[in-house]
Amino acid sequence: MADGKIHGRVLHAGAATAPMIRLDAPLSFWGGFDPVTGRIIDHAHPQVGESLTGRVVVIPGSRGSSGTPGVLAESLRRATGPAGLVVQKADINLTAGAVAAKALYDRACPIVLLDDASFAEVGTWNGVAIATDGAVSPDDPDGAAP
Amino acid sequence: MGSPVRLDEREQRWLSGTDGAAMQLAMQMMVTAADVSSAAEFVEIEFAHINSSFYSGQVSLDFAEFLLANGGSFAVPTHTNASLIDCSTPGLRAERDHPVEVGGARRLMEIYAELGASAMWSCAPYAEPTGRPGKGAHIVGSESNAVSFFNSVLGARTNKYGDFIDVCAAMTGRVPLAGLHTDAGRRASHVFDVTGLSADDQDDPTLPHVLGIILGHEAGSAIPVIVGLGSASEDDLKAIAAAGGTSGAVEMFHVVGITPEAPTLDAATGGVAPTRRTIVDSALIRSTRSRLSTSSTGPLRAVCLGTPHFTASEFAGLRTALDGRSVDGRVQLLVTTSRAVLAEIGSVGWDEELRAAGVQIVLDTCTYYTPRARGVAGLVMTNSAKWAYYAPGILGVEVAFGSLQECVDAAVSGRVGDRG
Repeated sequence: MADGKIHGRVLHAGAATAPMIRLDAPLSFWGGFDPVTGRIIDHAHPQVGESLTGRVVVIPGSRGSSGTPGVLAESLRRATGPAGLVVQKADINLTAGAVAAKALYDRACPIVLLDDASFAEVGTWNGVAIATDGAVSPDDPDGAAP
Repeated sequence: MGSPVRLDEREQRWLSGTDGAAMQLAMQMMVTAADVSSAAEFVEIEFAHINSSFYSGQVSLDFAEFLLANGGSFAVPTHTNASLIDCSTPGLRAERDHPVEVGGARRLMEIYAELGASAMWSCAPYAEPTGRPGKGAHIVGSESNAVSFFNSVLGARTNKYGDFIDVCAAMTGRVPLAGLHTDAGRRASHVFDVTGLSADDQDDPTLPHVLGIILGHEAGSAIPVIVGLGSASEDDLKAIAAAGGTSGAVEMFHVVGITPEAPTLDAATGGVAPTRRTIVDSALIRSTRSRLSTSSTGPLRAVCLGTPHFTASEFAGLRTALDGRSVDGRVQLLVTTSRAVLAEIGSVGWDEELRAAGVQIVLDTCTYYTPRARGVAGLVMTNSAKWAYYAPGILGVEVAFGSLQECVDAAVSGRVGDRG
């Protein structure tokens, strides 16, 4: 990453630049995330109480309920959802939520898959920029050049 | 980025929009799913059990209305997962209190009927004959416990298809040939050895629930295989499936000597040496079980059974546990089940007998969904690890987890006892 960019695999294309939140465990959006408030409500999740609204969420993947795509898409409809997702496994359910929100409401939530080392690296950034080609770069609101 | 999946003439026509916008969206979704799962081809399915019929917000309605308005229909027999509402007990979640959710759920039930889905409204499709696909059948499962049960107990083949994909697969009659649809994708690599458990632990009826929670916590994306389990009924395997899909993402597990693809450990692993081994001892069982309760004693408000939906054999267990006694007047004992299972137990008069003992039978839905079902508040007891795991976060209730017998004893006495 000489250019400061990491190149991932596009699961759902789009662009987003937003503050980063790294989730330390997979999340079931259904039952674990409230699409009205945009916050994690799974008591067993290490980041319970955190907001995902408008952030690039660096998440290993989804788990648990098959209601995850619906809740993700509902949060995108309500504009309480993530700005984008960086994932560690090729997750068809997160992707389905993003595809539905795009088709029904033209709401974007790009999803990029990274290898383990790149995934860990992105999880240390303050902010993340996702490009339509799957390039992922740091976006630091305090330190970035204009 | 081009998709590597090969499309036949019909699939290309669907994708082009010639057959309408519903089929176009369905095929787009399946091509995306194939791309994400790196599948080179599709495989035809025989059956679908869908979760998109569950109201998750306005998006559920918008998606279904879009399909209905644009000529959507199902290519294979398609059954509905549990709903938010029980049409036979409208007071459980009153429409005047929750007009958006209850009204939305009712409309969603109508739309999926219009689209041609069968009104099963159950998270335990395998408890009725039309919901039991054969060994080796490629199908679509969505609800996490049903996916795991289909794969593990029936030997049918499905990945966990969440909202939207489940319906798009049922409309196109196909899924990407990947994951649990392939032989290689079904091999166990993580051994859970319960050989060292005492006879008391092995006989404890909560063991399958607790074991499922451990599988979910520990297995990650690996397929677990349990070694050393003395016996397991279908209801026990249902409990493992439900808990494993709750604490983690277990979509299939093997039990050596019990599940159909695991006559031996070698058969379950495909002859490949397992990469991980977890020794499940009594201490792990005890600590995992105790974490399923947020409160262990005190006055009880409700007992919730039937997550996933109670089977006829579980109703038999409930009758035995009640042993002629009645539920305390201060406690609600709610049992969620399906229309088909109610018809089955109704044919031998068990429903009337149980209602006379103060048991409330609830159809189509579950008691841990929000908006909260009437009376499910304060301290609630359950025999389901899945209910115990979800309810504190979703409903804000205190939960005591125990066996069916402990739940029934508490419902009769009005108090949760100490397990000791």
